[in-house]
Amino acid sequence: MTSHSKTLSLNRRTFLRVSSVAAGGLVVSLYFDRSVRGQEGQPQPQSQPPQKVYPPDAFIRITSDGNIVIQVNRLEFGQGVHTALPMVLADELDAEWSHVVAELAPASDVYKDPLFGIQMVGGSGSIAHSFQQYRELGAKTRAMLVAAAASKWNVSPAQCRTEASVVFGPGAQKASYAELASDAARQPVPQKVQLKNPSEFRLIGKPVRRLDSKPKCNGSTKFGLDLDLPGMKVAVVAHPPVFGGKVKSFDDKEARAIDGVRDVFQIPVNVGGTGVAVVADKFWPAKQARDLLKIEWDLSGVQAADTSELLTHYRQLATTTGNVAVTRGDEKALEKIPTTNRIVADFEFPYLAHAPMEPLNTTVRFDGDRAETWAGSQFQTFDQMAIAEVLGLTPERVTFHTEMAGGGFGRRAVTDSHIQREAAVIAKRMRGTPVKLIWTREDDVQGGYYRPMHVHRVEVGVGPDGLPAAWRHVVVGQSILAGTPFASFLIKNGVDGTAVEGAADAPYVIPNFHVSVHHPTVNVPVLWWRSVGHTHTAFVMETLVDELATRAKMDPITYRRKLLKPDSHKLRRTLDLLETKTANWRLPRGRAKGIACHECFDTGVACAVDVSIENKRPKIYRATVAVDCGMAVNPLTIESQFQAGLGFGLIQLVSGGAITLKNGRVEQRNFDGYTPPYIIDAPVDVDVHIVPSTDAPTGCGEPPVPVISPAVVNALAKLTGKRYRTLPLVNI
Amino acid sequence: MATYRLNVNGRQREVTTDPSTPLLWVLRDELKMTGTKYGCGISACGACTVHLDGVATRSCVVPVSMIDDRPIVTIEGIGADPVGRAVQNAWIDKDVVQCGYCQSGQIMSAVALLKNTSNPTDVNIEESMGGNLCRCATYVRIREAIKSAAKQVK
Repeated sequence: MTSHSKTLSLNRRTFLRVSSVAAGGLVVSLYFDRSVRGQEGQPQPQSQPPQKVYPPDAFIRITSDGNIVIQVNRLEFGQGVHTALPMVLADELDAEWSHVVAELAPASDVYKDPLFGIQMVGGSGSIAHSFQQYRELGAKTRAMLVAAAASKWNVSPAQCRTEASVVFGPGAQKASYAELASDAARQPVPQKVQLKNPSEFRLIGKPVRRLDSKPKCNGSTKFGLDLDLPGMKVAVVAHPPVFGGKVKSFDDKEARAIDGVRDVFQIPVNVGGTGVAVVADKFWPAKQARDLLKIEWDLSGVQAADTSELLTHYRQLATTTGNVAVTRGDEKALEKIPTTNRIVADFEFPYLAHAPMEPLNTTVRFDGDRAETWAGSQFQTFDQMAIAEVLGLTPERVTFHTEMAGGGFGRRAVTDSHIQREAAVIAKRMRGTPVKLIWTREDDVQGGYYRPMHVHRVEVGVGPDGLPAAWRHVVVGQSILAGTPFASFLIKNGVDGTAVEGAADAPYVIPNFHVSVHHPTVNVPVLWWRSVGHTHTAFVMETLVDELATRAKMDPITYRRKLLKPDSHKLRRTLDLLETKTANWRLPRGRAKGIACHECFDTGVACAVDVSIENKRPKIYRATVAVDCGMAVNPLTIESQFQAGLGFGLIQLVSGGAITLKNGRVEQRNFDGYTPPYIIDAPVDVDVHIVPSTDAPTGCGEPPVPVISPAVVNALAKLTGKRYRTLPLVNI
Repeated sequence: MATYRLNVNGRQREVTTDPSTPLLWVLRDELKMTGTKYGCGISACGACTVHLDGVATRSCVVPVSMIDDRPIVTIEGIGADPVGRAVQNAWIDKDVVQCGYCQSGQIMSAVALLKNTSNPTDVNIEESMGGNLCRCATYVRIREAIKSAAKQVK
């Protein structure tokens, strides 16, 4: 997803509502006073908050034993928001950090992203969009606790101070937040509060260890797949071998003979196909039974995609101008440059599966007039609506629990909610029984929703100063957004912004600049994949700019500085920092330094790698990263995201990093064929340096990914003199 | 269906299941011990790693019928072992986890490594941890935490 606004303020019709809860304590809820329509489709009077639908839709609960329970309004799947947002709130609240407990909030209007208006994780916006929201929630709650104490002691709130979940009065008075919580709940919610000056922060900006570490290290964390409910059944589904294929007939005699199998039936699946669901007491009988199904498929009328054929088609398309994303200067400028001063570069990128470690799953129980669901979802709002639609319910009748998720990288943010629809269809038939749908790893690797395959053709005309004077760039790849609710505002003039982001808005001054795109329609579902278009555009831009620097016999950092737009402040600062931090690199023979920089999701990143070639593969000894993400909320998490995010990005280079199709069938099945980076492929050491900043915080989930592949390839080019433009890297 | 007596984390457990059922699914679905994770089912990712008779083993490909009385140690029990506890503590101290889903298997592999090699080199680490996939790619901190735990164990 793209981030397309920097607004951090809350909607003006948002307000806080406070109530005491039965258990004793303070509940502060943030409600959206939607004057348009309520969830039942009835207009709601503006003076009344909408009915609270899913208890407890609160952000803060102070329990009688002093715990500060904070609701996290989005999924935790590795990015660290389950620690960072509570830090932000607890800082303004002056809460004792060791008493803070974080919980993942269920689906509810109150937890929608303040900027996007749906409950979701995407666009690296978790901190960027909720920083101000959580600060205000903390500060308002603190003000109410202080007001309660002041009233009790008959002093002015201004005479009180707070620290570590205690209010101190002007005399020797002191009262803990737990003691004050009930009284505080009766105080009015302040309209405005004074937020801290950054110099007063006690948590924000400090390295704070994750709240979810310990249970993840002793096996006690319950991910969605670990859910166990009384009477629960497990479902697996046989999907068509070609996307959109249908069941012609099936024989389930052997499948039903497996002990523990409860039901076998045909269901609709994604992109218009049908499949066969097996419901059993446990996973193993369900899987065994599925493997014994004899299904005859009807594949007529569905396109059998073939990646080698697609590649031929894409290469041809790339020689023609597509829908124009940006055009600057003279379109004919390129032809005026002598051919000896031109570079023609063709790039190829394969389909990539997200393959999060926790296989996709969702549990649904349908009770006739209500349903309950458990899912590690990046898109609670859409997934809840989809389940409701399948079950013929209104969304608020679907209680939606957000489960801790084992990775996602975009795969749990699917606008067609196909996993949840499958789960709901099965639960509908198994009425009253909770059913956990599990996609096996094979279902996941072969199941589509990939980073689209792309071909780029770039023609560059080099000016007498060695800088690019003309740049004509054609991108070919499926549109991710076509057919989704995002299409209307993110596809413009036939250009899906997510296909050209990072290229059309490149930070380099190129006087004659033309970027266009073709979006072929292919029967392979595609999806945003951590850093989306930047996965391929940054590779193209940064390897070409590096090549131009080499051609101009200039230092790659100096060259980039010369080419950067004057207002590319974040990239300039990161390049400066990177230069300082790598100034003392003295590489032995056979090793080379590669550079890349890229800005995305409002975060600037510059990266240097120290690389050799071992066993025909790049060996990365060290990576140094400089980051400008505005104010660093949790530097420890930022360091971690960048250290590991580089490794994640390396799937573009490892030889097993490609999904291919032949005759409509995906050729890889599991991690033996689709092989992401293991420890041997990752950098041995990564040092991360954060540019000090007081700007608003920006994202850190996706920005680590784009820089690593071009940096490594730029180093390889120094070692071999070759340019690598076809991914994955098969031959060095 | 057959009945098996298993020694899990020092306790005798009895399960009745199909003989082909992998140990992974016996742990998760029969014994409700969900710390051991399903990642691939083909011994390619290491998320399901347990210790079988002291050896790091992919539980997703070991049928329950093949186990006999060999002791099984899982992530839920590894903290009772001094090396196991040191590794868990190092993981927390170095803030290794991100999504955390693979970390049970990473920790089990790391403990097995340190039990055999008290002062592992980078090459030892790459060999022993080489089959444990982390899609978040937390490998830099995994390496750091293993080295830190090695110092604690000494």
